[in-house]
Amino acid sequence: MGIENLLLGFHVAITPYNLFVAVVGITLGTVIGVLPGLGGANGVAILLPLTFTMPPTSAIILLTSLYWGALFGGAITSVLFNIPGEPWSVATTFDGYPLARQGQGGQALTAAFTSSFVGALFSIVLITFFAPLLAEVALKFGPPEFFAIQLLTFSSFVGLGGGNPLKSLVTILLGFILAAVGLDIVTGQLRMTFGFVDLMKGFDFIIAVIGLFGIGEILLSVEEGLSFRSIPTGMNLRVVLDTWKVLPRYLRTFVRGAFIGFWMGFKPGGATPASFMSYAFAKRFSKNPERFGKGELEGVVAPETAAHAAGVAAILPMITLGIPGSPTAAVMLGGLIIWGLQPGPLLFQEKPEFVWGLIASMYTGNIIGVLMVLAFVPLFAAILRIPFAILTPVIVVICAVGSYAVHSSMIDVWYMLIFGVVGYVFKKLDYPLAPLVLALVLGDLAENALRQSLIMSQGSLAIFVTRPIAGVITAVAIFFFALPVLTPWWRRIQGTAAPSGSPRAT
Amino acid sequence: MRLADLLTASFLALLGGLVVFDAVRLGIGWGTDGPQSGFFPFWLGALMIVACAAVLFQAARRSDGTSFVTRQQLGPVLKVLWPAIALVALTHWLGLYVAAALYTGFYMRWIGRHAWLTVLGVAILFPLVTFLVFEKWFLVPMPKGPLEAWLGY
Repeated sequence: MGIENLLLGFHVAITPYNLFVAVVGITLGTVIGVLPGLGGANGVAILLPLTFTMPPTSAIILLTSLYWGALFGGAITSVLFNIPGEPWSVATTFDGYPLARQGQGGQALTAAFTSSFVGALFSIVLITFFAPLLAEVALKFGPPEFFAIQLLTFSSFVGLGGGNPLKSLVTILLGFILAAVGLDIVTGQLRMTFGFVDLMKGFDFIIAVIGLFGIGEILLSVEEGLSFRSIPTGMNLRVVLDTWKVLPRYLRTFVRGAFIGFWMGFKPGGATPASFMSYAFAKRFSKNPERFGKGELEGVVAPETAAHAAGVAAILPMITLGIPGSPTAAVMLGGLIIWGLQPGPLLFQEKPEFVWGLIASMYTGNIIGVLMVLAFVPLFAAILRIPFAILTPVIVVICAVGSYAVHSSMIDVWYMLIFGVVGYVFKKLDYPLAPLVLALVLGDLAENALRQSLIMSQGSLAIFVTRPIAGVITAVAIFFFALPVLTPWWRRIQGTAAPSGSPRAT
Repeated sequence: MRLADLLTASFLALLGGLVVFDAVRLGIGWGTDGPQSGFFPFWLGALMIVACAAVLFQAARRSDGTSFVTRQQLGPVLKVLWPAIALVALTHWLGLYVAAALYTGFYMRWIGRHAWLTVLGVAILFPLVTFLVFEKWFLVPMPKGPLEAWLGY
């Protein structure tokens, strides 16, 4: 274990071709992160068909690099344009945009990129050590344990997701239902097709991702009457070096943010709450909390560190358990299956060069990434000066191309449009989209795990509680599911009664 | 907002009902060698109905005057949506590249009021680059129409 594996990984990651792939991925990813309507998840989804002919390791390096780029790109729009490219960049706008308005955009961007890098590095180091251990443990898992982990995955959306827990539950169920449409491979029966031939092959989650996050996001952003008031980046080597001199002051914030990010991030939906939590902690422990929200550098450091740490941590359950921690990781998981790899703990034994190549590329990708964005911020920011009437059709066409490329089928492009409208409506009504995508990806796996477990137990659900590991995980899952109900009770017992008459506290 | 909430939850509950209906047809119990095809969907659908009922109850109790979408908001949204629908419909007849050129050009001229030269430049170059990247470089075929056939692709 350990060092020699990582060296093997670097051997794979530092070939000229794979480094080139990483640079391309980061460039495209940053562009995608800057563009409205395109983010990590659908950027990866659109590029997925292009990787079908690549070697799997290069393909995953391309997609992960794209992901790092998108994470960096989100920070650019948050700071310079007050537009969070991704939900976890929202907290970055609180202090990033005021700083940019005060002519300190360069400092804010340097702080954001550096914190992102530190957060990511922290998570990568932890992944390097924990991934093999977790995979080792996971090898002993049977279907009941995997189903219990799935329960845990979705319970954390309901219990910790933040939004309306009932609506989270509804989108999870909708995702599973859409996943079940089509041929049931176990019994060979057609499910929920109601005689329509087009429904036989079911719904592909890649199409759902492109529609929900791509088209839906564009519809939302035109509704808000998008206008980009660009602020000069004010970025040069001097600013970068000066900011780096100041940053060590925030060591505690870095460490806190990285821990929060990693801890929240390997559970699904963690990046957004992690960034807010880190921001809140930084404000609380700061000597001058009143400056937060008006342009405090620490207010940029805290959420960015946590968000990136969480974004990287989402890869951990994907490669060890085959269960993605975020929609983007879910799309990558779909990629693994398409490239002919079986995601899960066996990957560490059967394809060490793939797994360790991926882990090593996370180091190289983030190093290349931070240097590239620091050097080329003005170029990336210039993308948003392209008029909206050009950007919109270009993005829509790219989404259509990406959707068609998955199965070479026009019906998928129509589905993409429908998913786009659904995404728009759901977003406005506070139905979270990430659980839907994850449920759509994991639907078949979850159902198979459930079926096999029930066959093992002759139909008794007790199998999820009586096996020790599955029992513990199921108990935690049930606790998370119950959390939205328990919290108001707990508050009442504590005497700090929740604000009464709020119908959302369910 | 309340009406939209009620409608969406009702629609999703109906969908749940449809799922349950189909699941019952497939069998929701124990087959010869494990759960039947309808077992998992049945519980998904049933839970969906329960969850939607709770959302309906929540939404019905809440009274807020905000509207789901105002007239000023709906306009721009539709202006993006219907050309996008036209793009997909045109792709069936003309192939993706020609449809993309027409769509991009139309949108730039109609919404952006760009100069004809810019419109033509972007509307021709962008599909051309897409063609080179997908068709030539990565060998991912897109739907093609009469123009491509005439050019021999």
